[in-house]
Amino acid sequence: MTTAVVTFPGSNCDRDCVHAVGDALGAPVARSWHKDHELPTGTTSVILPGGFSYGDYLRCGAMAALSPIMAAVKRFADAGGPVLGICNGFQILCEARLLPGALLRNHDGLFHCQDVELEVTAGGIGLLAPFDRRQRIVLPIAHGEGNYTADEATLDRLEAEGRVAFRYLARDAAGNGAVNGARRGIAGLLGGPCNNVVGLMPHPERRSGAHLHGSDGLLLLRGLVAAGANLGEARA
Amino acid sequence: MRARVIVRLKPAVLDPQGEAIERALQGLGFSGVKNVRVGKLIELDVEGDAGLVKAELAAMADKLLANPVIEDYQVEVAR
Repeated sequence: MTTAVVTFPGSNCDRDCVHAVGDALGAPVARSWHKDHELPTGTTSVILPGGFSYGDYLRCGAMAALSPIMAAVKRFADAGGPVLGICNGFQILCEARLLPGALLRNHDGLFHCQDVELEVTAGGIGLLAPFDRRQRIVLPIAHGEGNYTADEATLDRLEAEGRVAFRYLARDAAGNGAVNGARRGIAGLLGGPCNNVVGLMPHPERRSGAHLHGSDGLLLLRGLVAAGANLGEARA
Repeated sequence: MRARVIVRLKPAVLDPQGEAIERALQGLGFSGVKNVRVGKLIELDVEGDAGLVKAELAAMADKLLANPVIEDYQVEVAR
């Protein structure tokens, strides 16, 4: 039972994720390289970390989505394996079409690095099992391109299917995220064949213990690792 | 032959980069400037029949060069 943290050239939150899962959570963790064609043996969950994979060339996450390891991550996700994409990892999941929609430049053109209040809209489901439905939490964001968008039909479908995982509590007059313009305040999504894929812009690994001013993020990582353990038992 | 793929944000998609450039141009005294939009121009050499090349460029745009959720594209092949 291992959580694999993928490193792309330009990832810069990969070691933070290894620390949060390995040290803060005390769970087994392995590292994976973008050129690998397979996930490490015994992988039961995967993290795509934040950063600037491939220098954000073309579009954030576009190049990473085509890297060899992503073919393995897609197979893993399609088979029900738990996958968590954080910040650039969320952008990669959208570019790889494992989650619908896209992340545009923030509506005000600025990079925002701050704490945000979130509602765990789909708390209790899948990787979000450790949260209560609509539980309010605080996580830090650090992004220039977190303005989530999709066409109206897709947004309606996501809401109807209960696949909005996280929402920013602060919204503008149009109901979009006040911090970045994200449509309907969407900060994170659920996807995959059994709600086993989660992508979000905020950084759970940066709020994973008292030394990081709180543990709200650790709950999500715990949910990821637990979902992986359940999957491992089901297959054993 | 030389080909071009022009990628543009869809008209409904907000372009804060274009807005910032518009304000900067107005600040320089170009007061009549409006509706600045920033796109991408990708130039490449490709081999083959012009008709087939266009279809291949469209496939490249669909798979990588443009994101259909937020962008439109147009392909041009030099004569």
